[in-house]
Amino acid sequence: MSPSFDLTRYQDPLTIQRTLHNAKTIAVVGLSKNELRASYFVGYYLKRHGYRILPVNPREPEILGEKSWTSLRDIPVHVDVVNVFRAPDAVPAIASEAVAIGAGSLWCQFTVINEEGARIAEAGGVNVIMDRCMKVEHARYIGRMHWLGFNTQRITSVRGGLQ
Amino acid sequence: MEEARKFGFETRQVHAGQRPEPNTGARAVPIYQTTSYVFEDPESAAAYFNLQEYGNTYSRIMNPTVAVFEERMASLEGGCGAVAFASGIAAQAAALFTLLQPGDHVVSSSALYGGSVNQFKHMLRKMNVELTWIDPDNLDAWKTAVRPNTKAFYGETIGNPGGNVLDIAAVAAVAHEHELPLIVDNTFATPFLCRPFEFGADIVLHSATKFIGGHGTSIGGVVVDSGEFNWSNGRFPVVADPSPAYHGLQFHETFGTYGYCMKLRAETLRDLGAAMSPFNAFLFLQGLETLSLRMARHVENAKAVASFLASHELASNITYPGLPTSRYRPLVDTYLPRGTGAIFSFDCRGGREAGQEFIRGLTLWSHLANVGDSKSLVIHPASTTHRQLNDDELRAAGVGPGTIRLSVGTESVDDLIWDLEQGFARVAASARSEVAPG
Repeated sequence: MSPSFDLTRYQDPLTIQRTLHNAKTIAVVGLSKNELRASYFVGYYLKRHGYRILPVNPREPEILGEKSWTSLRDIPVHVDVVNVFRAPDAVPAIASEAVAIGAGSLWCQFTVINEEGARIAEAGGVNVIMDRCMKVEHARYIGRMHWLGFNTQRITSVRGGLQ
Repeated sequence: MEEARKFGFETRQVHAGQRPEPNTGARAVPIYQTTSYVFEDPESAAAYFNLQEYGNTYSRIMNPTVAVFEERMASLEGGCGAVAFASGIAAQAAALFTLLQPGDHVVSSSALYGGSVNQFKHMLRKMNVELTWIDPDNLDAWKTAVRPNTKAFYGETIGNPGGNVLDIAAVAAVAHEHELPLIVDNTFATPFLCRPFEFGADIVLHSATKFIGGHGTSIGGVVVDSGEFNWSNGRFPVVADPSPAYHGLQFHETFGTYGYCMKLRAETLRDLGAAMSPFNAFLFLQGLETLSLRMARHVENAKAVASFLASHELASNITYPGLPTSRYRPLVDTYLPRGTGAIFSFDCRGGREAGQEFIRGLTLWSHLANVGDSKSLVIHPASTTHRQLNDDELRAAGVGPGTIRLSVGTESVDDLIWDLEQGFARVAASARSEVAPG
């Protein structure tokens, strides 16, 4: 299932770390109310770590205690990251909206891969991260992924801060 | 901010999995000898138990010292994660428990460590799992053994004790054609000599007791997951379907790449309980720091010992795949270009009696039932591990009455060969006294 384009340009560690460090508001497109779905796990985790979650799901009035919006355009505050949990072919339309609202980054989760969507976002000045999980990357660089034996691929002798 | 540097194997064997401890700055890996962990608040505790947050709950399931060992092994093998166990056998049982259910079927190489054979033959049968043993060198045997209920292929990188080298890429291709995972026991090669994921294997196992530690002080094992296998292909409801043991959680859908590893820890380790102790993990980490150095030395010594035996009149049938005459030569070039490990066997001329005399003549090699130590080890299966078998049964098990298994250590190689000569001298003296008149 390898994509026909170079995905690694949308997986740059410095862009990922900057995004995680600078973001305050995250619109989660396709956030489910079902506590067992991956999107809920990620939304719950990010909220727990201090980000403001803005659910985008027209079928729900409220998720994770936050008002759920019908579309990105309805959100009244600045969106730092558009985090996408939708089928890959939904990405171009979401990317256009992300450009329209002046979002900082378009972050597509594992397997949410769409080249056209990435191009639309980039052309509109929106950073793109693709086929990466926001929870995993946060846990890798800031959180505690290393407590569960996962390969963070980090090597450093710099003393970290308190967790 | 960290750049995406691809650090080398020798850097990772020293550093991977550990950052200087944030509270104290301790440079060595601290031994967190604790059973349990104080929660910040009830909400955090709930998040840990729901697997919504990475947090420590209880050392049967996770421990920060053990986690360093796990991540280091995952890094060295090139996997997405690892889970450590109290022994290699426990790791193997857990790897299989996580993906099998009653009525399933496994295809396994017959050239396995005896402890693995016992586990598969008896424990899997008790679980009502069927098993087909096949000759690992015969690719057609892997193909024809597949059934609708087959759930895994199993083999060893370097077979114990026959020295069979597994054609990992070819066997993985057959497995993947049938949407099955290939599980490889990489104990004899270690990730320094071979990384099975690079050739298509899906899960790698180790008895850490052997070369990973290298010091012979600790029993342990580890399962490493590549994270590449698609558990949602319809063949693995045990991994993919809602888990009744975790309030309906679908491990593969929710955790994706990390699904198998999460299930292995949060369910199988939690319920089987064979956790690695923090102290043992600390000792394995000390071993791993020198893995590449030790393995290079093991290989160098093993080559010298094997060629000494190859030219000795009392030794035959040397199973070292690194010998130029080995039938595994093309596979060795592909999978084990840095060397074929240090464990092999040979037949001592004169049968069962001669094997025992050979052992009696040794004063430096240790006579015991283990392999992969920095100390050179020797055992005569016919008088120990296979003692209950007669000569015909021994042959059926692939062990001759005079077979001697060696695990070549890191001592001065001249001393190792000197000691083997003492063994052969004793065999020769014993043979002379038997034929002497009166």
